[in-house]
Amino acid sequence: MATIFQGLRGGAAAALTNSIDSKKLLSRSTRRSLSERKVSFPVVRSDGSVNLNPGGSNARARRVDQLITNAVATKADSSAASSTSKPGHELLLFEALREGLEEEMDRDPHVCVMGEDVGHYGGSYKVTRGLADKYGDLRVLDTPIAENSFTGMGIGAAMTGLRPIIEGMNMGFLLLAFNQISNNCGMLHYTSGGQFTIPVVIRGPGGVGRQLGAEHSQRLESYFQSIPGIQMVACSTPYNAKGLMKAAIRSENPVILFEHVLLYNLKERIPDEEYICNLEEAEMVRPGEHVTILTYSRMRYHVMQAAKTLVNKGYDPEVIDIRSLKPFDLHMIGNSVKKTHRVLIVEECMRTGGIGASLTAAITENFHDYLDAPIVCLSSQDVPTPYAGTLEEWTVVQPAQIVTAVEQLCQ
Amino acid sequence: MNTKLKYILLFQALDFPGGKVTYIPEMRFLSESSGKRIPCYRVLNENGEIITGSDYEQLSEEVSVKIYSNMVSLQMMDTVFYEAQRQGRISFYLTSAGEEAINIASAAALSADDIILPQYREPGILLWRGFTIQEFANQCFGNKDDYGKGRQMPIHYGSKKHNFVTISSPIATQLPQAVGIAYSLKMDKKDACVVTYTGDGGTSEGDFHAALNFSAVTEAPVVFICRNNGWAISTHISEQFRSDGIVVRGRAYGIRSIRVDGNDVLAVYSAIHAAREMAISEQRPVLVEALSYRVGHHSTSDDSTKYRPVDEIVYWKMERNPVNRFRKWVERNGWWSEEKESELRNSVKKQLLQAIQVAEQTEKPPLEDLFSDVYDIRPPNLREQEKQLRETIYRHPQDYPSHVPL
Repeated sequence: MATIFQGLRGGAAAALTNSIDSKKLLSRSTRRSLSERKVSFPVVRSDGSVNLNPGGSNARARRVDQLITNAVATKADSSAASSTSKPGHELLLFEALREGLEEEMDRDPHVCVMGEDVGHYGGSYKVTRGLADKYGDLRVLDTPIAENSFTGMGIGAAMTGLRPIIEGMNMGFLLLAFNQISNNCGMLHYTSGGQFTIPVVIRGPGGVGRQLGAEHSQRLESYFQSIPGIQMVACSTPYNAKGLMKAAIRSENPVILFEHVLLYNLKERIPDEEYICNLEEAEMVRPGEHVTILTYSRMRYHVMQAAKTLVNKGYDPEVIDIRSLKPFDLHMIGNSVKKTHRVLIVEECMRTGGIGASLTAAITENFHDYLDAPIVCLSSQDVPTPYAGTLEEWTVVQPAQIVTAVEQLCQ
Repeated sequence: MNTKLKYILLFQALDFPGGKVTYIPEMRFLSESSGKRIPCYRVLNENGEIITGSDYEQLSEEVSVKIYSNMVSLQMMDTVFYEAQRQGRISFYLTSAGEEAINIASAAALSADDIILPQYREPGILLWRGFTIQEFANQCFGNKDDYGKGRQMPIHYGSKKHNFVTISSPIATQLPQAVGIAYSLKMDKKDACVVTYTGDGGTSEGDFHAALNFSAVTEAPVVFICRNNGWAISTHISEQFRSDGIVVRGRAYGIRSIRVDGNDVLAVYSAIHAAREMAISEQRPVLVEALSYRVGHHSTSDDSTKYRPVDEIVYWKMERNPVNRFRKWVERNGWWSEEKESELRNSVKKQLLQAIQVAEQTEKPPLEDLFSDVYDIRPPNLREQEKQLRETIYRHPQDYPSHVPL
């Protein structure tokens, strides 16, 4: 929480006033140098929830109350992390996924899990540990090694009323299931004239790990983003992992939930009471004034690390975890762009055809007039991820590069 | 028995997962073929007479007449719609000519609760289940009464109320989905099974292998029906596989299988009836290979005379025609006559011509259906794209087809 209030004059939370000029958010603003800009800050209520746009009205009811503004999992600050007086409980990200999964399986007997080694082995990343013992072999199904087939099987089961969660042991293996995901999962609701729905959740770990080699370090979100009919979300904290898992299971559309191999052991305190996260919403990680940094999944942590350095250097970056990769939350992103006029996208995808490329296009198309500088997108190079540790590190965007990019952008 | 002998006997078998495997000192390779081909189950001979000693499921007059009428309707529907495509009234069509027995007899042996996942050469099942000629025409013309809302090519029928899953063009994708549906039925413990169809070509797809494997492992109540009609567009079965057809593959997956004469209504009916029983009561998959011949071209985009001899086509069309064969049996039982035949054909022809006329004149689906059903609730990007499209149409109305409602 400390980083958010760095720009505060006067310190104590009680002295906060609402100094966001709602007109400023909605109208065009002229170029201004940084020193002239008034540093404004959000209203923090005593229960720890944050109101970022108290003056404006939102067309859709937003669950801002349940968003955690600081979700850098290493710092557990109880006043901001819980939305009511209950202290919550601490757990790791893979346990949060499992908790979400278990709650949904309790709630609805149609929810089932299928994938390789999800049953008695408990899943390669332990997300499904204990579920087979609790719900039986039929509801937590171990499948032979044929991704296109168990994805197809999940689609068939979904068409007749079940709600399967299909686990790919690694997202890269789902390339074998691309035919089923694209031609049937995404399309069948449409081509059948709405007669058959496919409420599946396809999930699995992806992204660059620690020396897992090229085939196990893929960013499938860039390949899947064009498929019409699916939704894509990426979780990054235990809080949003559980919330997104539950929302994805309840959704009537096919949802692909992207997890990251290196984030499974993040620890955070999450509320005891039930909550779900909105699938189409982004998450405001750190409100700011000078530049909008858009990111998701693991890169969020690199960005927050860079943010610490930037704040020490006097910058005030606004960090948004876009979370919803398809469709983009252009509402939150747009408001941020209109406020800061500078955008930096930090992603793990390759430069060509990645999420960053689409996001750049979407922002340019919709908010071109509000930009003071061209959008900068930091992505991985267009190379297969090497095995050698040093080389692998240099294909992933590092905090130092983010700091440099912000400095250049804000000149 | 002395201890030495006991030891010898003990070590001659290996306790391997799945059961004991005996050791032999001779090196013997399993032959690539069993020598004799798997025989084909048949009840009626080419003359429509029951072969002595055949076991089969007896059909009543009512069911037999219904089967025959449906086969004739299917045959006529194929002819008329194919012609309609040739005349440019619909964009595409594919016939089931030569496979009417597989279509109708298999449908007749199933219950209305059995869920069907077709490939695309099985419209007879819908016909049997009560899909009207008008509904077929509506789908082919893609008008607003089409259940698919004009989104799929002709012949890609789908009807939830008839338990017939919408046809998807890629081959064999329906096979693993069938296993999934069977898995769902198994969880619900329903008295129904899943029946899925594929051609001989579809058995080369990876999905075929994995679906059969999965269904055996999960003990799913699926009946896999392979219509081995000799041709996959221009690929003859001799170029498609080297095994003895599809039936022998069942054993490789631990699946019970049978080879049946696909042009023999009684054989197909009996085999599917039995297969369904096994699938549901024993909760296991069953594989049925139905031998037949694709009399028509692959589709309206194909001219099969380019890759196969015309006399082969004519032979199967005239001498080995399943409709004629069954007619002989029905007539011999006194359940059909020339009079009824012409009455049926006239009635069906009228229905067909009328259905086409009506379907042609019915409005197309509105513009709104371009954007609906992609998701359950339309997201902002699609709403925006619809808005942009409508603005473009408003500004350039002359470029927009006048008979498509907005």
